[in-house]
Amino acid sequence: MLTVVVIALLVVMVMALSRALLGPTIYDRILAVNVFGTKTVLLIAVVGFLFGRPDFLDIALVYALINFISVIGVLRYFEYSNDRHQGDNP
Amino acid sequence: MIALLLEGVSVLCLGTGIFLLVSGGVGLLRFPEVFSRMHAAGVTETLAASLILLGLMLLAGWGIVMFKLLLILLFILITSPTASHALAKSAVHGGLGVDPDRNETS
Repeated sequence: MLTVVVIALLVVMVMALSRALLGPTIYDRILAVNVFGTKTVLLIAVVGFLFGRPDFLDIALVYALINFISVIGVLRYFEYSNDRHQGDNP
Repeated sequence: MIALLLEGVSVLCLGTGIFLLVSGGVGLLRFPEVFSRMHAAGVTETLAASLILLGLMLLAGWGIVMFKLLLILLFILITSPTASHALAKSAVHGGLGVDPDRNETS
């Protein structure tokens, strides 16, 4: 059953990557990276279960932390770069 | 007997988690616009992730492993709405927002 979960996770990660490549706007790409990161967390947890290694869950937790911080960081960058270009909104 | 029951419920949780995962992934690809894709991604990130982690918790049984899985679940449930809110806010700020006075029905 866990191998089916791993295969489904890999399929969804490939879908997220294809959305990241196809995505017209920047926000599609950031969304796809966010989904990819969350799925990696799940993949690490499930693989940790598959191979009987309970210490993988710490890695999954740290990865979830880093994924969140990176998405917020990238968004913070894009929000202010728009201001520099337009420069007219209050 | 109880172990069999737990196994069955965890397989059920993992099954529905997989279904939601794949349907959210397909929605991520096929939806026309950023905000509807965000909705599809939200489905996979919150519900499918919590179902899969719940299934793993049932497999693991009482102990430190279940506690770590609970931490991961709580963290994902707290941060993914925040991340999608920040993403939607910066998308609206970046000019992708829906025009408020153009209502859908007319």
